Amino acid sequence: MRWLVALLLLALAAPVTAQDTMPPAPYAYTQLEDPAQEEQARELMHTLRCLKCQSQSIADSDAPMAGDMRHQVRTRIAAGESPDEIREWLISRYGDYVSYEPQISSTTWPLFVIPLIVLLLAGTVLLRRMRRKS
Amino acid sequence: MNLTRLRYTLWGIVGLAAALFGLFAYQLSQPKDEFVHSAMIGEPMPAFDLPPAVESRPGLSSADLADGTPKLLNVFASWCIPCAAEAPQLEALERAGANIVAVAIRDRPADVNRFLAIYGNPFTRIGRDDISEVQLSIGSSGVPETFVIDGDGVITYQHIGDIREEHVPILLEELRKAGS
Repeated sequence: MRWLVALLLLALAAPVTAQDTMPPAPYAYTQLEDPAQEEQARELMHTLRCLKCQSQSIADSDAPMAGDMRHQVRTRIAAGESPDEIREWLISRYGDYVSYEPQISSTTWPLFVIPLIVLLLAGTVLLRRMRRKS
Repeated sequence: MNLTRLRYTLWGIVGLAAALFGLFAYQLSQPKDEFVHSAMIGEPMPAFDLPPAVESRPGLSSADLADGTPKLLNVFASWCIPCAAEAPQLEALERAGANIVAVAIRDRPADVNRFLAIYGNPFTRIGRDDISEVQLSIGSSGVPETFVIDGDGVITYQHIGDIREEHVPILLEELRKAGS
């Protein structure tokens, strides 16, 4: 019986959330007035990683930090920066990790080159076989 | 003749698959690094100017960090539990002569005051960052984090997470390397 009560109480317990009570940054949930700029900002936000909730994009996350990042994206777009510049700005702070957009670099090039080589190899093998048959 | 070649090819494939699974096993057994490391180590502090987070301490600007004295920059918040856990270690660092400045992330003055009253105030300056602006500009992805800044305002070291006892000598050594 005591166990049951303990279990029931456990179910009622609220998790301690380490989160602030401050209002979100001005442009965390507010769209830009210019629809074209908002579209640009949105597209970019979907390809940036939320650093607090690492498998979500900042567009998908309600973490306060993701809101602060959206604020940065929107205000920078409104100030005339291009999405690529903003992505570069974040990469210079957090490394490639922050961007979901695949980039060819000194560590990632095999990912792009190996499938090409395999495709070429398969193509030549196939071609040879077809020739032999005919 | 042809059959031997086929046999070798098949063994080759088995070997390749085994090597691949070996690689998977190795990678899976490696501990995962959950930390997002700042890419700003070795870079000068970006320009910023934050208002004070509490009345008892001045605010913080990038100019304050390039005044010739190496400093510890503690990124904290009153709502962050590990920040309370590292308070004794910050105190020890201050006693050892470290100049510690801070940025309070998304925090209200009343809450910061309460936090400092309970856990102590080892900071000479506390900037108020309501939208994580400075945090984002130095590549910090959470609270608490502690950066070592040399006298010219260049970031030389990042400590992620709360400072435990074993980290105190490391931070003092990094401060020494930064020229204090």
